Amino acid sequence: MELVNIEKLLEKYFEATTTVTEEETLRAYFSQENVATHLKQYKPMFQYFSKAKEEQYTKQVPLKPRKNYYKWISVAAVAVLIFGIYFGPDSYRDYQEQKQAEFAYNETKKAMSLLASNFGKGTDKMAYLNEFETTTQKIYNNN
Amino acid sequence: MNQAEFVNVVMPFKDKLYRLAKRLLTSSEEAEDATQEILLKLWSKNTKMESYNNVEAFAMTMTKNFCLDRLKSKQAGNLKLVHSNYSDDSTSLQNQVEAKDSVSWVERIMEELPEQQKMVLQLRDVEEYDFDEIGKLLEMNPTAVRVALSRARKTVREKLIQKHSYGIS
Repeated sequence: MELVNIEKLLEKYFEATTTVTEEETLRAYFSQENVATHLKQYKPMFQYFSKAKEEQYTKQVPLKPRKNYYKWISVAAVAVLIFGIYFGPDSYRDYQEQKQAEFAYNETKKAMSLLASNFGKGTDKMAYLNEFETTTQKIYNNN
Repeated sequence: MNQAEFVNVVMPFKDKLYRLAKRLLTSSEEAEDATQEILLKLWSKNTKMESYNNVEAFAMTMTKNFCLDRLKSKQAGNLKLVHSNYSDDSTSLQNQVEAKDSVSWVERIMEELPEQQKMVLQLRDVEEYDFDEIGKLLEMNPTAVRVALSRARKTVREKLIQKHSYGIS
């Protein structure tokens, strides 16, 4: 490449009007050994750009196939929900029935015990009849 | 999209993501973390990825935004201090000691540029994107890109010449 041409390209380069291919030419020119002395000052610049291009990302990225977890969580949630809706009311009804039955049993028991205690009162009163009997016996014996 | 396909799609531009991240964050560890983060984010979106018409541009934009966010956060502010005076050995392949010195100087000069110019210079002179692509990535119009690029290149030139004349005197 002619020197004049390079100088022109450089001028355009700093005005940022060069095309990508023209910049390629400049980089190629500055990467070789014999660069004109008055242009040597630009050499590190272009060399650095060529060098920077070679830098690579070498680290391994751990790509775990973690994509399906969230989907299954929702499936599980729906399953639990359906299970609950399906069986929930049944067991609730059972529970209510049991509670009612217990309540009824307790009420009956209470009523029975009330009855029993009232019967007990009756028998206490009947004790006086025995007294009556003994007195009648006494009278019979005296006669 | 399975893992192998994803890797095939990502392979051609993962280095570009890393270089852009490194340009912005200056530390290679930070840049590696950022790149990994971006790739994992892409991977988590892999079902939608086929609908993007340009995955590379999308990933580059993600990287840009991610790095700028990192720079804004306090944590990165601390890191920046730590890494402003590190010595870089990425240009050690250079044969001439003098030349090697100047080449790594360019890197240091680029670190001092404002973020936008840094990105424009990186995308143009290292990754060879055209103005339209850069404009889309950075949400600038192509003319603004051209101006920023010209400014960045001139700044690098000036500082490099300054450094050279210091070296002589």
